Amino acid sequence: MATTTITSRQRVAGWLDERLGLSSLKEFLSHKTVPIHSATMWYYFGGITLFLFTIQVLTGILLLLYYRPTASEAYESVQFIMTRVRFGWLIRSIHSWSANLMIFTAFVHMFSVVFLRAYRRPRELTWFSGIALLGLALGFGFSGYLLPWNTISYFATKVGTDMASAVPVVGSTIARFLRGGEDVGGATLTRFFGFHVAVLPGIATTLIFVHLMLVQKHGISSPPWVEQKTGGKVPQMKFFPNFFLREMMAWYAALGVLGSLAAIFPWELGEKADPFASAPAGIHPEWYFLAPFYTLKLIPSQVLFVEGELLGLFGFAVLALWWVLLPFWATNPKGEERARLVTGAGVALLAYLVTFSLLGYFR
Amino acid sequence: MKRIAIACAFLAAAAFAKDSCTDCHSALDGKLQAPAAAFGNDVHSRHGFTCASCHGGDPTADDPSAAMSKAKGFIGKPARTAIPQLCAHCHSDAALMHKYRPQQRVDQYELYKTSVHGKRIAEGDTAAAVCIDCHSVHDIREVKDPLSPVYPLRLPDTCGRCHADPAHMAKYKIPTNQLADYKKSVHWAAISKGGDLSAPNCASCHGNHGATPPQVGSVAEVCGTCHTLMADLYNKSPHQPVFAAMGEKGCVTCHSNHDIEMPSPAMLAGPKAVCSQCHDADSAGGKAAAQMAQLIGNLSAAMKASDAVLAQARRDGMEVADAVLQEQQANEDLVKARVAVHAFDPAAVAAPINAGLKIAAATKLAGEQALRERDQRRKGLAVSLVAILITIVGLAFAIRAVESKRENR
Repeated sequence: MATTTITSRQRVAGWLDERLGLSSLKEFLSHKTVPIHSATMWYYFGGITLFLFTIQVLTGILLLLYYRPTASEAYESVQFIMTRVRFGWLIRSIHSWSANLMIFTAFVHMFSVVFLRAYRRPRELTWFSGIALLGLALGFGFSGYLLPWNTISYFATKVGTDMASAVPVVGSTIARFLRGGEDVGGATLTRFFGFHVAVLPGIATTLIFVHLMLVQKHGISSPPWVEQKTGGKVPQMKFFPNFFLREMMAWYAALGVLGSLAAIFPWELGEKADPFASAPAGIHPEWYFLAPFYTLKLIPSQVLFVEGELLGLFGFAVLALWWVLLPFWATNPKGEERARLVTGAGVALLAYLVTFSLLGYFR
Repeated sequence: MKRIAIACAFLAAAAFAKDSCTDCHSALDGKLQAPAAAFGNDVHSRHGFTCASCHGGDPTADDPSAAMSKAKGFIGKPARTAIPQLCAHCHSDAALMHKYRPQQRVDQYELYKTSVHGKRIAEGDTAAAVCIDCHSVHDIREVKDPLSPVYPLRLPDTCGRCHADPAHMAKYKIPTNQLADYKKSVHWAAISKGGDLSAPNCASCHGNHGATPPQVGSVAEVCGTCHTLMADLYNKSPHQPVFAAMGEKGCVTCHSNHDIEMPSPAMLAGPKAVCSQCHDADSAGGKAAAQMAQLIGNLSAAMKASDAVLAQARRDGMEVADAVLQEQQANEDLVKARVAVHAFDPAAVAAPINAGLKIAAATKLAGEQALRERDQRRKGLAVSLVAILITIVGLAFAIRAVESKRENR
């Protein structure tokens, strides 16, 4: 009579499987695949963005242990974190650098989706949820920028919320809602803190879940030219462990870059905000808002009978809407792809963002 | 009341009635057109005054002979000697001036009469300055207007128009180098480079409407208007009675008058020392001066060293705001020590210097600690990067192992 020896490891695995259904998850992962072709490397950027978001959440929670969201204590509490808390400087620098890297990788992910045509039917909702997540990342950046309550962040928020008031009819209401009053002050800081640590993370977590579910449902898209070349039989690699191990290598590389930036260029704290001081010369927003900021600077204060700033904001709104609706105009009514138009639009938008950001930074 | 009524009438006339002076002079050429062209920028024009307010006549008359009729009070171009009184007609009238500038002084004419300019005009010297020489004419602007010739940034050049002109000053036998000297001074640098419009210009020391050169006995008081603590220490110092007995002009003896340089320890000791003009290096005064210079030099050097370390730490992204803030206290001690020099007692200088040296040593130490921490961070980073690299290489091997196992299957 044959006897089988059950190891303690198998016993634990069995116990967990009975309660969590791990074998079905294992089964599911063993069937998930990722296409292999010359542009596979761009698939890693979605994962890197998610990894940086996780770092944001973790370091954000650690910062919450010491940060105080009031005008009289915010700056001092960040200064305390930077100078007195053990590894506080590292946590804060990683939080700030990973925020910037996350927005950068989110942009890379978005443009890779455009150039690899991954927005095509039936992935329209994946595109929309991704664009919404990019918008939320910018919201995280804008709201988090004010929290150290330093001179630059104070005046950047003043300029940013001033822009909102240029919107006709509801502009002043939006500006007052954002500021919690007529001007940027303690109420704005408390409000932005609320958005940054509660409202935005709540929405972002839900949207990330939806985005991942959609990616899971539709699988990872292959570019049309790869599908054409292989007759629809694109070579695949297993998601787990092959792709997952590669993705981990990318995460570790991102962690190395992040650690190097934080240690060699710790995020500056600057001077405490003084609402009665005049705005410092050459003030400009974070890099991801530079292109629209510089564009608005170039527009004359009055264009015919329209206020320049209002015209600029209207232009950005139209541009943003057009970009969001990309999956709909990317095909003509006959269902044929407008590949050249999409590539042209993507290149033009990328060129505009890079050029105007550089001009905004150096001028 | 009568004058207010007249002023109101002027305003009403300006608003509703025509102005034949401007109409005709605008159509003329050159010198005759210039006043009409410039008057639009004049502060008086903005307040409703017209040519007739100063020159008299009837601006409502079309006929030039009627408009410029002596019977209508036309005085034409006023004599230079009459100008101060003409301006004072309104500017000494408190009730009238209150309507436009409630806080405006109305004693300019009284002060002017006490000035060298006013006295010479009273003697009939038409080359002496009258109101329009400083404030201009027909395009008179408020003092706060940057285009006004008496705006702080422009005032020295306005005074220099006469006082730096050797031909103009020849008959008064006074030097003409004041403007050139002043433009080398720390005061002019504060105005022109530092943008500090409250820094002294000619009028700050000489007065404006009552302009006179400060006398020997009053120089310390004039400088003391701003430099209060220095003047107080000087007046109690052993130098004061000695300088007074020698007929020396207090502060000016060491600092000069117009070309006042930024004070430095070099004024106390060394080849350019002003102290050595009277005190031998081996005398008690010479030794005290050298001691004070050394004390100040010590703190300056300590602060410079601390500055360099903190600046390096800041450049490397280290947070040293507390130390930088403390350093300001050391800087204040240095200022106090420089002030204390005017007591001419090394012990008075030593007290703030010692306090400042303690702070500078502490801030330098804070900077050095920050730099040590920076090095620690970089070492930590290097170790972490090696660990990350090893992990990445390990993952690469794991991928290869997984994929070769599958291929073998």
